[in-house]
Amino acid sequence: MLARRIIPCLDCDLGVPGGRVVKGIEFKEIRYAGVPWQLAGKYYEDGADEIVFLDITASHERRETMVSVIKKTSESVFVPLAVGGGIRSAKEAREVFNAGADKITVNTSALKRPELISEISDRYGNQAVVVAIDAKRRYTLEPGREVVQTPEGPCWFECSFYGGRKFTGIDAVAWAKRAQSLGAGEILLTSMDRDGTYDGFDIPLTDAAAKRVRIPVIASGGCASPDHMLEVFQKTDASAALAASIFHFGEWNIQDVKRYLKERGVNVRL
Amino acid sequence: MIAIVDYGMGNLFSIYNALHHVEADPRIISEPEGLAGAAGIVVPGVGAFGRCMDQLSRFGVALSQALEEGTPILGICIGLQVLFEESEESPGTPGLGWIKGRVVRLPDGVMIPQMGWNSLSIKRPVQVLEGISDKDMFYFVHSYYGQPQDRSVIAATTEHGVEVIAAIAKDNLFATQFHPEKSGAKGLKILENFVRSTRC
Repeated sequence: MLARRIIPCLDCDLGVPGGRVVKGIEFKEIRYAGVPWQLAGKYYEDGADEIVFLDITASHERRETMVSVIKKTSESVFVPLAVGGGIRSAKEAREVFNAGADKITVNTSALKRPELISEISDRYGNQAVVVAIDAKRRYTLEPGREVVQTPEGPCWFECSFYGGRKFTGIDAVAWAKRAQSLGAGEILLTSMDRDGTYDGFDIPLTDAAAKRVRIPVIASGGCASPDHMLEVFQKTDASAALAASIFHFGEWNIQDVKRYLKERGVNVRL
Repeated sequence: MIAIVDYGMGNLFSIYNALHHVEADPRIISEPEGLAGAAGIVVPGVGAFGRCMDQLSRFGVALSQALEEGTPILGICIGLQVLFEESEESPGTPGLGWIKGRVVRLPDGVMIPQMGWNSLSIKRPVQVLEGISDKDMFYFVHSYYGQPQDRSVIAATTEHGVEVIAAIAKDNLFATQFHPEKSGAKGLKILENFVRSTRC
């Protein structure tokens, strides 16, 4: 049976040589966690099932830095590597694949031009395209929305883009379904309501998305403890849980988290 | 020298880096003539069966010759599927046909693609799987799987709604549906075993 995956996420500031991994709490109070390829190597040794690199500066000029980070990482890290941030075309995706990435993640650029998903998946396969969705709860119900029941009442989820700075009016669950039909191989689903709060994953959001698409859903946003991972795996069909801060600042080691989950009946790779 | 067959389908760096890591001497080979003299041959693969076969067909004669000469050959992912006679993914495109049988789509109702880490059920001891046990997990990414007529070629299976062929071994031919180059230390162990078989 397929194991549930634990995925550390490296938010990379590529404005310095070699880049640096950062983590902000609600876009304030930025903390530095380390050098991307070194941190990736540590997480690989600790048992990460996959590693996600997000270029939070997402500027075209810094693609070269990301390419060198991935090249360096892929020399000694032998689990899948996913790379995202500012990839706008199949040509830009190729640079990242050629550096050793296995998957690319697209967000804003796919919302602006959905055909991008097909353009990349036709060439590199569905498994190589992860569509990242930043979703925010909206309690004002409108016709045609994918309504989700939550303890706080029924809501729908709106997609954001430009790193959470702008809203699209697009229904996040509907977009996940469309992304699947366009050739996405996976959905990286971040709850904006939970991101940075340390309150745990948004269970109703993750559950709804995982039930309504057949491709894997990666839960993201709000994870502060192994209990949060346990909860998302017990209550939803999420294939993977993504976290950053709890691993970056030495609070939890990936191997310890996986042992914790295994002892409680979750199928993970040890 | 271990030849990695470059037939224009995607990322060869991962397998190159992994072979390098286990102290092999990998070379990316883009022309069939380059396979002559290789101690071992790796056929990687991503993408669709039909497109892979279109690109791989020019290597067909050189690969068959290497197979007959006893050169160890390792197929990975689509590199396992192309060993079969045909695939539901690309009707009408013949595979290499080294393994009798066909490649079919995973059943409805399971997650497609199967993407992630799954454990093996080892069916018989083969040299390339030395040091690997049933509890070890490997990274799979695929929507189709092989169904050999002769079940004695099956070295290991996994389970994803149905029994899925995870590894095939037949004489000097070995192939995995999973990606050893993306499966951490246990994947590297398989590559190391393969490289060792090229030195016998």
